Amino acid sequence: MAKITKEEVEHVADLARLKFSEEEKEMFTEQMGKIITYAERLNDLNTEDVEPTTHVMNVHNVLRADEERPSVSREEALKNAPASKDGQVEVPSVLD
Amino acid sequence: MKFDTIIGLEVHAELKTDTKIFCGCSTNFGAPPNTQTCPVCLGHPGVLPVLNQRAVDFAIKAALATNCNIAQYTKFDRKNYFYPDNPKAYQISQFDQPIGENGSIEIEVDGKKKSIGITRIHLEEDAGKLTHDEDGGSSLVDFNRVGTPLIEIVSEPDIATPDEAYAYLEKLKAILQYTEVSDCKMEEGSLRCDANISLRPAGQEAFGTKTELKNLNSFTNVQKGLAFEEKRQAQELLSGGQILQETRRWNDDRKETVLMRVKEGSDDYRYFPEPDLVRLYIDEEWESRIGAEIPELPDARRARYMADWEIPAYDAGVITQAKASADFFEETVAAGADAKQAANWLMGEVNAYLNANHKELDDVAMSPQGLAELIGLIEKGTISSKIAKKVFQELIEKGGSPEQIVKDQGLIQISDEGELKDIVEGILNENPQSIEDFKNGKDKAFGFLVGQTMKATKGKANPQVVNKLIKEGMESR
Repeated sequence: MAKITKEEVEHVADLARLKFSEEEKEMFTEQMGKIITYAERLNDLNTEDVEPTTHVMNVHNVLRADEERPSVSREEALKNAPASKDGQVEVPSVLD
Repeated sequence: MKFDTIIGLEVHAELKTDTKIFCGCSTNFGAPPNTQTCPVCLGHPGVLPVLNQRAVDFAIKAALATNCNIAQYTKFDRKNYFYPDNPKAYQISQFDQPIGENGSIEIEVDGKKKSIGITRIHLEEDAGKLTHDEDGGSSLVDFNRVGTPLIEIVSEPDIATPDEAYAYLEKLKAILQYTEVSDCKMEEGSLRCDANISLRPAGQEAFGTKTELKNLNSFTNVQKGLAFEEKRQAQELLSGGQILQETRRWNDDRKETVLMRVKEGSDDYRYFPEPDLVRLYIDEEWESRIGAEIPELPDARRARYMADWEIPAYDAGVITQAKASADFFEETVAAGADAKQAANWLMGEVNAYLNANHKELDDVAMSPQGLAELIGLIEKGTISSKIAKKVFQELIEKGGSPEQIVKDQGLIQISDEGELKDIVEGILNENPQSIEDFKNGKDKAFGFLVGQTMKATKGKANPQVVNKLIKEGMESR
């Protein structure tokens, strides 16, 4: 049974703002299905005595003091922007 | 058909840290656009966020001050979405393990107390600021604000009226200001509120469909937006229509809510645990250290003012609404002023001045000691209350000592009967008609004569003495 449908691939692609051809969609549906099947092998493991975790590192509370450090210059900050105007990044109009 | 209204509020408050939540960039408001950014907050590849300890301290403090339980273990999650105000294409937030849960705050509307539940308080980062470029037809992004620490405070749907929503916001703001975790300046965007509202037929248990209101940029607009939406939904339901789950925007010019978009589901944000941040463990020691820093909160102060100084409930409520005014009040009393007089001045002249000039107590030159001295001068009879208002204007604008102002401007009250008698006699001689009128029962004539005397003395005459002298003068005629 297919692990993932073409519609789900299209939905995820849409959320990620990616556009695919029909062939690509077919390909990703198949590949993602395989990835999920592979990941599901984890379900076979016995995890009864294993504490749930959300991180691979067994450390906690890595914190910094609330102390200011220099920012980059505006010129530097805007270097990667495709367009800028009056010291701000210029993007296509968004109204809400 | 009658409806019950169900309101829940989501408040975002910027925390008053010096630097951003995951990097050392300044959080100062009002800097030129894009001068407070770095590779971390701009989301450049390969950078690592490091959590600001004080942001966590403040979130714990806000959670404790609103009676929340503090999570022992907590973590951060990625909320994925594309929008130009967010350069990483995800926001670091907290999904299923917020720092605080199950809290409550008490509100009072029309003398009735009610507890409003707090579902959760979580930490997250703010987005950048978008403005629309009128001539370019494009939008402009300032990333200074991106990464500023925020707490999101979600209420239970316990709020039943727009007035309760207003009272809840006032109380929440006071708590956040008293604990000094946020400035709560709506005009600078450091406090923002979204509202969820739904209606259901009175007595029905299941909730109706809710709409979410945005762009509510003042507490008054929250109240107005909710009142509008309450009416709109009732009309829609009564005419057989349906409420759609949608996001609506408050339009302040048109005084109505306008459809923005149909709401996306939480699934579409594809939350997952933030791999760049390790887990957070808040032990008892940390929690109690922050708990010990929580100052006396507004309700407790209000009760104390009423009990210790017999300040009326309403006045005590207004004075304690902002920490600045409560502190000012207490310092004025500590400097020797009569508490009731100090309260009267704050509720009256001081508030009137601040409102008229759009100022805060922190902005004025007058010190609590100055106000106490002014109150003392009135009590001692050195100046009349009329002159006091004149001295007050000078005091609040330029500061200094009221005693010095009175001396410099020659405003000392004239209470000497001998000195005033000559003036009063002169006025009476000049106005025989007024004396006649008064004797014929026109009480206004008396006031006129007092007014003339005050004018002749430039307001410095002691009114009680003047009243007495005019009475005597007329009786002897």
